[in-house]
Amino acid sequence: MTTAQAERPSWLRRLFGWLYRRPRLQLAALLAAPVGWFGIVYFGSLAFLFAFAFWSLDPQTGVVLKQFTLANFERMIQQPVYGTIVLRTLAVAAVVTIVDAIIAFPIAYYMARVASRRVRALLFVSVLLPLWASYLVKVFAWRVILAPSGVLDWAAQLFGVNQVSEIFGISDVSMTIVFIYIWLPYMILPLYAGLERIPTSYLEASADLGGRSAVTFRKVVLPLVLPSLVAGSIFTFSLTLGDYIVPELVSNSQFIGNVVFRSQGVAGDIPFAAAFALVPVAIMAVYLLVARRLGAFDAL
Amino acid sequence: MSRVLLRVATGLTLGFLYLPLVIIGIYAFNAQRIQIWPIKEYSLRWFGEAYTNEGVRDAFTLSITVALQATFLAVVLGSLASFAVHRFSFFGRETISFALVLPIALPGIITGMALNSTIHGFGIPFGTLTIVVGHATFCVVVVYNNVIARLRRTSRSIEEASMDLGADTWQTFRYVTFPTLRTAIVAAGLLAFALSFDEIIVTTFTAGTQETIPIWIFNHLRLPNQRPIVNVVALVMIVLSMIPVYLAQRLSSDTTRAATVAR
Repeated sequence: MTTAQAERPSWLRRLFGWLYRRPRLQLAALLAAPVGWFGIVYFGSLAFLFAFAFWSLDPQTGVVLKQFTLANFERMIQQPVYGTIVLRTLAVAAVVTIVDAIIAFPIAYYMARVASRRVRALLFVSVLLPLWASYLVKVFAWRVILAPSGVLDWAAQLFGVNQVSEIFGISDVSMTIVFIYIWLPYMILPLYAGLERIPTSYLEASADLGGRSAVTFRKVVLPLVLPSLVAGSIFTFSLTLGDYIVPELVSNSQFIGNVVFRSQGVAGDIPFAAAFALVPVAIMAVYLLVARRLGAFDAL
Repeated sequence: MSRVLLRVATGLTLGFLYLPLVIIGIYAFNAQRIQIWPIKEYSLRWFGEAYTNEGVRDAFTLSITVALQATFLAVVLGSLASFAVHRFSFFGRETISFALVLPIALPGIITGMALNSTIHGFGIPFGTLTIVVGHATFCVVVVYNNVIARLRRTSRSIEEASMDLGADTWQTFRYVTFPTLRTAIVAAGLLAFALSFDEIIVTTFTAGTQETIPIWIFNHLRLPNQRPIVNVVALVMIVLSMIPVYLAQRLSSDTTRAATVAR
């Protein structure tokens, strides 16, 4: 530190000193911008979403009528197609979550408890990179793989099967596989973190008391890693629930997201789109409450 | 025995994770317009075409502009919030991290549709500003998690030592606190940039008619004569989305972990 700096108190230094003696003001200064931003931009928008859901679109003029109505929700209940779409979305999200948990377990276990420090670090980066690799490009890559005369057809032909892509190329099965692929790293990383935290002595104690590996797994590992499992499932479930790109690109089915997207874009019916967007809000609210009870937020 | 099985499972899972990325990478070098596997002829020709394509260039410029602005906002808002939560106890402190993670924990269509309703409700014109606002909102949590993880690991006693040795509060911040946070903030910025650069769902609801790079890909991937260029852009996107994360991981491995789990 030079003496010149010490002798010349800048306005910043005075400000810092002044604030230091006034902690409440300091806190207010720190919080004003982030709380203001989230309060106005995010929660304000969510409030608008709620409001729009109870408004309606005048079919003649296409103008939003800002009067309370339950018309959007009545339409959602009366037309069976919307119920089907919600159930389909939920079913796929559930399957994706369960399959991801099963696939993620061995690699997460290997990373956390078997691999050496160096291999562990390497594996961590190897899972991290595909997680961050462009989401849309990953979906697109699958579309390319599943396309006619693509990689899938070529691979199936090696086994003497022709034109698999006609059945599987664009289908609910391929959509589910793509979802499983895309959200898998989101399950591996929290599971790995959870498994790494289990003290080795617990596993040794279980073994000393005669617990075989299956028993140790069921009675020791699984309960301890449950919060991490639920934490990972928040992402696999929630991200599947709100997606419309994957159904759009690799299936002929509609998801909740597709209805919202089309109502908003093609039909220009913002009130109905807003009302339908409340369906995943309600589902996730319940899911997050349960997850919180299971301690998932401490595992995040 | 079970170790061998675990090793095999790990290898297969990694193969599953990388195979599609490798395949799309190879397609970028396909010389022909027709997309048939196995590829017959390789060339770099489409890289040149993609480079001079006006739509790609405009989308690229927009994506970079948006990502830079959103990152700046997210770094400011996220750092402020992390300091407040770490240094003070106040009413609603526990809710802050929950509120910040919501735009990412809730499906993107909710954030997108909420912003879309607001934009419509106030008659705000869709444009770069509306995209930036949306992106900044879901990028804050990445910065917040990164910075607060570093704050929690850094002992406050070094600040007390600095003050005991006669430094004033500004000097302590400038020469002690900030240097311990610098790499965490840079890593967070890189992650926020990557997150913004790649985002499509919230973006479609806030962009109006403008095209960021992901929206450009989405709008062009069904057009057969655009496919070779889409393949090249896809490869570039994979590389560009991975580089910031790799760098962030090198800079601050512990905190990147915290931020990633909350992505």
